[in-house]
Amino acid sequence: MNFDFSDDQKFLKAEARKFLDGNAPASKARAILNDKDKSFDENLWRAVAAQGWLGAAIPERFGGLGLGYLELCVIAEELGRAIVPIPFASTAYFLAELIGLAGDEDQKSHILPKIAKGEMIGSIAVAEGPGVLSPDGVQTFVVDGKLNGVKIPVTDGMIAHTAAVLAYENGQPALFLVDLQHGSVDRENLDTLDPSRGAAVLKFNDSPVTRIGKLGEGWKLIESLFDRAAVLLAFEQCGGSDRCLEMARSYALERYAFGRPIGSYQAIKHKLADMYVKNEVARSSAYYGAWALNTDAPELPIAASAARIAASDAFWFASKENIQTHGGIGFTWEMDCHLYYRRSHQLSLVAGAPRLWKERLVSQLEKRASDGSI
Amino acid sequence: MDFNDSPEDAEYRRNVRAWLDQNVPKKIGSTEHEKLAAAKDWQAKKAAVGYGCITWPKEWGGPGGTAIQNVIFTEEESNYQVPPNPFRIGLGMCLPTVMAVGDEDTKKRFVGPAMRGEEIWCQLFSEPSAGSDLGASRTRAVRADGKSDWIINGQKVWTTLAQYSDYGIVICRTDPNVPKHKGLTMFWVDMKDPGVKVTPIRQMSGGAEFNEVFLADVRVKDSQRLGAVGGGWKVSLITLMTERLAVGKLSGANWAQFLDAARRTPGIGGTPALKDQSLREKLADWYVQDEAIKHTRNRAMTAISKGQIPGPENSISKIIAATKLQELSHAAVEMLDQYGIVSGPYLSESAGQFHATLLTAPGLRIAGGTDEILRNILAERVLGLPGEIRVDKDVAFRDVPTGR
Ligand SMILES: Cc1cc2nc3c(=O)[nH]c(=O)nc-3n(C[C@H](O)[C@H](O)[C@H](O)COP(=O)(O)OP(=O)(O)OC[C@H]3O[C@@H](n4cnc5c(N)ncnc54)[C@H](O)[C@@H]3O)c2cc1C
Repeated sequence: MNFDFSDDQKFLKAEARKFLDGNAPASKARAILNDKDKSFDENLWRAVAAQGWLGAAIPERFGGLGLGYLELCVIAEELGRAIVPIPFASTAYFLAELIGLAGDEDQKSHILPKIAKGEMIGSIAVAEGPGVLSPDGVQTFVVDGKLNGVKIPVTDGMIAHTAAVLAYENGQPALFLVDLQHGSVDRENLDTLDPSRGAAVLKFNDSPVTRIGKLGEGWKLIESLFDRAAVLLAFEQCGGSDRCLEMARSYALERYAFGRPIGSYQAIKHKLADMYVKNEVARSSAYYGAWALNTDAPELPIAASAARIAASDAFWFASKENIQTHGGIGFTWEMDCHLYYRRSHQLSLVAGAPRLWKERLVSQLEKRASDGSI
Repeated sequence: MDFNDSPEDAEYRRNVRAWLDQNVPKKIGSTEHEKLAAAKDWQAKKAAVGYGCITWPKEWGGPGGTAIQNVIFTEEESNYQVPPNPFRIGLGMCLPTVMAVGDEDTKKRFVGPAMRGEEIWCQLFSEPSAGSDLGASRTRAVRADGKSDWIINGQKVWTTLAQYSDYGIVICRTDPNVPKHKGLTMFWVDMKDPGVKVTPIRQMSGGAEFNEVFLADVRVKDSQRLGAVGGGWKVSLITLMTERLAVGKLSGANWAQFLDAARRTPGIGGTPALKDQSLREKLADWYVQDEAIKHTRNRAMTAISKGQIPGPENSISKIIAATKLQELSHAAVEMLDQYGIVSGPYLSESAGQFHATLLTAPGLRIAGGTDEILRNILAERVLGLPGEIRVDKDVAFRDVPTGR
């Protein structure tokens, strides 16, 4: 057994850390948060693209680095730690993964090289309003290759070039690719809980589409896609919650109350130890997810659910208790604590809320038990 | 044991209802300025008929009512949309302190105007390096040369409502050469003094209700001293004890709003989210907690009406309420699924409140005693467990180790 990343992957991680420490301090996320007109940092986006990270898991013949998912995972962790204000997840974990999963040769050769070069920003458009979307709830339809309907919210919808949209054609669900620059698409900017990550309402009025994957398999494809994204997002969440623990730890060492560092009080020690435990649970689960993703293992749905559940819990806990550890100053706009608190929600909701994943996990376990394969 | 109003209380309630029906303002206003004016009017109106500060003694212009009457009024008032309350710190903490230790002239001057909403007060306790550890306050008050006046210099922080306040009570270090708790003295200050500079601090929720307050050569008369020189710590305990009583209900989204939203939001499998077992269990817990806070408060009120002094056990309500608000709003935002990332005009009114609560609840776990400090209080003062070994108690304040 060797349940660890290789030296090369660790080197890549260290390089990514160095690059992001220099190019993506939290002040970059804060700048986007403060600027109502901006929903991403374009210069940072270009700089990250120039590192080739968008193409880490894209095969070389489609312009990627052809490294693999373990490499993409270590990059994701560093991006999460830096709470980068760029559409990396929408583009690399959702659109590129979708194309890789279900795209035909033509779609792959058109889209993947553009993604790898950072020339195409992607987005995934599934939700149609508050609450859980059920098959009956979908009100987006394709007729004769034209899409009509409204998707809300679509993360990065304002800046994306292409969206993958879940819609029904002839009563059958499927995913469709839409060029968002087409005149038939109306986009409206949405305020977001984490304003360092933008979102939009997309309105389609007879927008031309091409289908990706088979008609009738839209939901199945979304599930497979979200399993893959969940693993990558879990690494981002691990990065973010680790950073919260670091912030809390260094403050607990510096801050004195009653003549002692607050870190000498067990209330604070146990809080930080709990953060650490949750972070490590998340990390181990994410590693297992990475293995499943990288080897296309049949365990992926279970591994991805576990990673997503653990990582969402860890980031939420670390981000709120980091504020608490800081006391009054942690509650201010000036401190970075709230950027992580906000981002923890962005990441735990963008691929569906944790409670859905718990349901999905138990359904999988139930199925496995009734198949007798436990 | 019963929950029936006594005949007198029942009559009191009827009168309150009738009065509220007639007098609750139609307009609250939309700008800060309008809201503040509406709040002042409302307080004046209440004070004129004895609903301003129900338990305050007749001697100071209050009606000398009972704690139960106060509960009745608060219950009834909460059924109406009334202006915001910028007086809670003044009336809940500062003035009770003034009444407890101020001299006759001071009480005469301030109690009435505060009760009538004419003057707003703030509590200048916390400092950049003295929050939980209030006894470590460093703002200095020194005697002006050869005079009995004092000169105050220093910085306070997180002062809620300072930007609207006319006066504040301020805890100062008057002697750094004795152990920390012995070298403090309390004063009241005029917030309009040219030496007082108030700078709002933006909170993570975006609003700016609390402030930094810089005090530069603020000259105060010895008659502005509240309590003895070196007696400031004892005075602050009076303030904090009344604070405990004032913290009844923390504002924010509640279980009823959650239930309502859950009925209307699609959940797992196409049924309303309210059918999701995991959410049902949470709702049950929040309901139990909410009711228990209310009942605990009623027990405390009953004890007070029998002449007992509210004790540290009242800390439990705040521990439960603040965390509950955070968990409830978090779950409510998650209930929206992907839509939970949205904020602003695309949210329904109730979803907007869940978002707002999510961003203010972290402050409630810190303000007025952090979760951790309140647990220490329960463990040490109620359960009688030994306190932390202290390194700061028996040495001169200037020798206590400090960090950031
Ligand atoms: C919204 C809001 C409004 C406020 N309004 C006012 C106001 O009007 N007037 C005013 O004077 N102050 C006000 N405050 C300040 C508030 O009282 C302090 O923030 C609070 O007491 C904590 O102090 P601190 O911020 O210095 O944190 P610290 O005391 O530095 O605490 C940092 C962390 O250490 C923990 N800690 C500290 N000591 C111990 C210990 N012995 N054991 C275990 N853990 C410990 C704390 O629980 C916290 O998690 C307000 C604060 C907020 C958030």
